[in-house]
Formats: sequence, C-alpha cells, structure tokens
Amino acid sequence: MGMTITEKILAAHAGKDIVEPGEIIDAGIDIALANDITAPLSLEEFDKVGAKKVFDSERVVFVLDHFTPNKDIISAGNCKKIREFSIKHGIKHCYEGGECGIEHALLPEQGLVVPGDIVIGADSHTCTYGALGAFATGMGSTDVTYGMVTGRIWLKVPESIKFHCFGKRQEWVTGKDLILYIIGMIGVDGALYAAMEFEGDAISALSMDSRFAIANMAIEAGGKNGIFKVDEKTLEYVKGRGKRSHTVYESDNDASYREVYEIDVNKIGLKVACPSLPSNVKDVGELKNIGIDQAVIGSCTNGRIEDLEIAAKILKDKKVAGHVRCIIIPATPTIYGEALKRGFFETFLEAGCIISPPTCGPCLGGHMGVLAKGERAIATTNRNFIGRMGHPESEVYLSGPAVAAASAIKGRIAHPEEV
Amino acid sequence: MKLKGRVWKFGNNIDTDIIIPAQYLAHTDPKVLGEHCMEPLHPGFNKMVKQGDIIVGGLNFGCGSSREHAPIAISAIGIPLVIAKTFARIFYRNAFNKGLALLEADMDEFVEEGEEIEVDISSGVIKCKKTVIQAKPIPPFMVELINHGGLVKYLKKKLEE
Repeated sequence: MGMTITEKILAAHAGKDIVEPGEIIDAGIDIALANDITAPLSLEEFDKVGAKKVFDSERVVFVLDHFTPNKDIISAGNCKKIREFSIKHGIKHCYEGGECGIEHALLPEQGLVVPGDIVIGADSHTCTYGALGAFATGMGSTDVTYGMVTGRIWLKVPESIKFHCFGKRQEWVTGKDLILYIIGMIGVDGALYAAMEFEGDAISALSMDSRFAIANMAIEAGGKNGIFKVDEKTLEYVKGRGKRSHTVYESDNDASYREVYEIDVNKIGLKVACPSLPSNVKDVGELKNIGIDQAVIGSCTNGRIEDLEIAAKILKDKKVAGHVRCIIIPATPTIYGEALKRGFFETFLEAGCIISPPTCGPCLGGHMGVLAKGERAIATTNRNFIGRMGHPESEVYLSGPAVAAASAIKGRIAHPEEV
Repeated sequence: MKLKGRVWKFGNNIDTDIIIPAQYLAHTDPKVLGEHCMEPLHPGFNKMVKQGDIIVGGLNFGCGSSREHAPIAISAIGIPLVIAKTFARIFYRNAFNKGLALLEADMDEFVEEGEEIEVDISSGVIKCKKTVIQAKPIPPFMVELINHGGLVKYLKKKLEE
C-alpha cells in the first residue's frame, strides 16, 4: 500500500520507512513557532522545566503580530519578555517592529518554511504552510515548548481526505471561495484530526496566494493539516527565498484515503460564511440585504498581494459607503511595499479606506477595528465565531477580497458585478 | 480518580473564542482568564460555577484557536473535567498538557443541566440520574503521558537525565 504526502513527510521525520494512520510517532521538527499571545505561555513553561537553551536558535521563530503595534501595556510587556528571551538565546528569527508581518504570510515569504518540512506552531493557522507541500500544524504553547527545547514532537499520524478539484473557476473566484465551499459541505468538524489533501487541475491553476488561503482554513474544518502537491509554481515561489534545502514528497497512486471528494469548481460561485460558524456558507446573491458597518481586507488568510490586487481593481475610482469603515491590512512589510509601489494605496486612499500596518488586530477582536454591540462586518479573515471581532452581539461574515471590497462600496453584502 | 459534580451543559462547536475571548489573551494569570471564561454565552460564569462542577459539551468542543488560555481558564474556575461527544484536536492536547481532564462520551440526552453526576476518570464510567455511561477510553499513549505526570514533567525529567 502506498503512502500519502502527509504520511511520507511524517515517516521521514520519524526515521521510519512506513507510517500508518493512528500510529503515534516521535518526529523531528524543522521549525517551532510562537507569537506574542502564545509565546509568553511557552516561555513560562520553558522556565518551569528548567531548560537552558533552545534546540536550534535558527529554527525557533517568534512573530509578534497579534496585539502589535502594542495595543496596551500588558501586550507591550509580553513583547518585551519575548524580545529579551530572543536576545538571551540568540534567536535569529524574532520578528517585530518594521520587520514584522502576519506570521503565516511572513514565514513562507521569508523562506523559513520549505517543501517537506515539519512545522509546529502555537497558532492554529500554522496549517497554512501546507500550501508549500510541508506538514504544518497548530499546537498549544506547552507542546511548542517541548519542540523548542528538544527539536522533536509526538504526533498521531492522521488519516487523509482527498479533495479532487477540477474545472475552471468562475470570474472573481479565488481559493477562499473554494475552501468556504468545502467547509460548508463537510462542516466545521468534517475533517476532524485528518489531513486535507487538495489536488486536481483546478488546484494546479491556483496561485500560491490562493493555495495559502485554502491551507490556512483547513483548521476551520477541524483538519490537522492541509497539504498540496509541490509543482512548478511552488518551486518558483521557493526559488530564491528558501533558507534551507527542500525535499519534494508526493502521494502514491495507491495511497489510502478516508474519503475522496470530487469537486467541480465550475459550479462554485462567490461564497460568504454567515455568523457564527465558518461552515454556515451561502452564495453572495442570497445575502444582498445584509448591511455592514465594517469591511476588513487582510489577515493570514487573505492579506497577500493577490487579495490587495483584487480589492484595488474593485475599489478603483469608487468610494467606500459613507458609514462604512474599510480597513486594508497588507500582511507583511514586503506586501505593503509592493502594494504601495503598484499604486494600490492611492486607490485605497481615494476610495476612503484605512490602511493598517501588518497586524492580526481586528481578526480576533484585538485592536485596529473592533466591533460595537450590534455592528456587522464583512471580513476576508477566517473565523466568524460569536464575538470574534468584538462585542458578543456583533457579527462577522467571511468572504474573499472581491466580495469584501464590493460590499464596502455598497454598504451591504454585494457581488463585484454590482459595483 | 473519582469526581462528583454538577453539570453545565453546552452545545456543539463550543469554540475557544467562547471559552476565553481573544481580547483577554494578553493575560497569562489564570485568575484573570477564569473571570472571563465562557463570557460571550454566560457573562459571570466564574461566579455561577462551584468548585468541582463539570462541563458537558457536544461535538467538536474547543474548536478554533490553539490558545492554551482556554483550558487554563476552565481549570481556573474550579472545573476539573469536560465531557464532550468529540473534541477539537488542539484543545485535546492542550487540556492534557494543562491538567484538565477530558472524557469523550455522548451525554446530551442523558443528563440535565444542574444534575449531579459521578465520574470515574480512570475507568471512564459516568453515573447520571437516568443511566450509566461508558466514556471512550483515553488513548494508551495519553495515559502513559499522564502517568509520567504530563508533558511538562516528562520534559523536565528528560532534561535532568
């Protein structure tokens, strides 16, 4: 029996020829990651266990992206603690200030993750790196401390589910619409504990930015990881960035899957996930009477250049509706620079948008766009749980960048064809 | 280990933003986190619960973020155990790492809010008013980890060797 790409990566890191779903393995890791919210707990555990050093100062990564630029005194204290730890232990990749971006856009961009890696991160959206053909999964701070200290982690080999996507995408449809469609189909626990493997000609046709958006939301279906085949687009992306050499793994034809879904992408239009679960997915056309107070275009899901390009195309020579705050958050300083250079900022400013520095900020109701009681946002983020962006009685609708930008102009949920 | 406690029922897909809203995540003090536990659904939940009360959830309990603040907040208000039909995987690992016990069992139709149940965590036997339920066994690997005193103690021992 053959193995899936996930099984092959796990086997290689556990020093085994074969692994099977359900098996517990002790695997070496390539990167251990934490952010300004989760690293403080990791560092507390680091002290508690009496650790003296990290396993490799180039493979422990801190990104201070959630409550930064520091939103309050406690957040500032957390960042200070991480900074001091990083200096003491010679951590090479501690990103803050003007170098900081949203972690799951930043790590691939900086070449810190390469195909074939195992990455564990104290952030549930660590699964994003699966777009590179790596095994990446979110864990808690304590598990990440274990990884930071030993360079290893225990893992249960997941069963794999295949999503075979074929056909041609409709206009404006991006990876976000495909993953919302899939989560709507299988539910928020439809891939619980499983590896979600995406393949087919419709996947090959997607940009890397769209693939990151899909892998990013594997966790919203309960998935352990999302993963993609490495192709020429992946290799092109990694070329010139990768800080380490990479290994390409590929699923065998006779690999075993728990389920295989056949998805005709032709039939998937623009999607919106309604409150308060990412699986509550509807077609944008069904929601045209939903007024909004805020539109957020950014996050580890959709704050990349492709997303800003789509938003700029729609917002060009248009105005954001009078009462709406449209917040644009380029995910990294590099993306910020490119958007500036390509004239997107001029478009956004003329349309009346707010341009934020890279931060997770409003996605989790942290800062830079928190909602009041009764307010409603459309956001290109990944979660619409109760109170996610602010008050427990505020609401979040999730979409791709095209719908978010069109909605900002109309002041209600809108299809880009309407503007 | 045997526990006896009142039941607080929660439905399916109780996410980590409900268990502890993100706006409080800059805090690491369990006391502060406990004060906001379950706030979006039950403001003041920490004052409503008694030491030893038990949470009973449905499917996919603890879905969402990787924040360890979630099991810390639950433990901080004196809840030693969550029973749910299924758990989200990151929450499952975090709870064991933080000393919050979890059992997988489908309890919804067998217990009522506020009733007292008796649970033997080692055997997974849950005695409610109506019936006795057998929870799914804790995976052997997790039992071994618990017997080592949890991941932190295991790591500490390893570093001392």
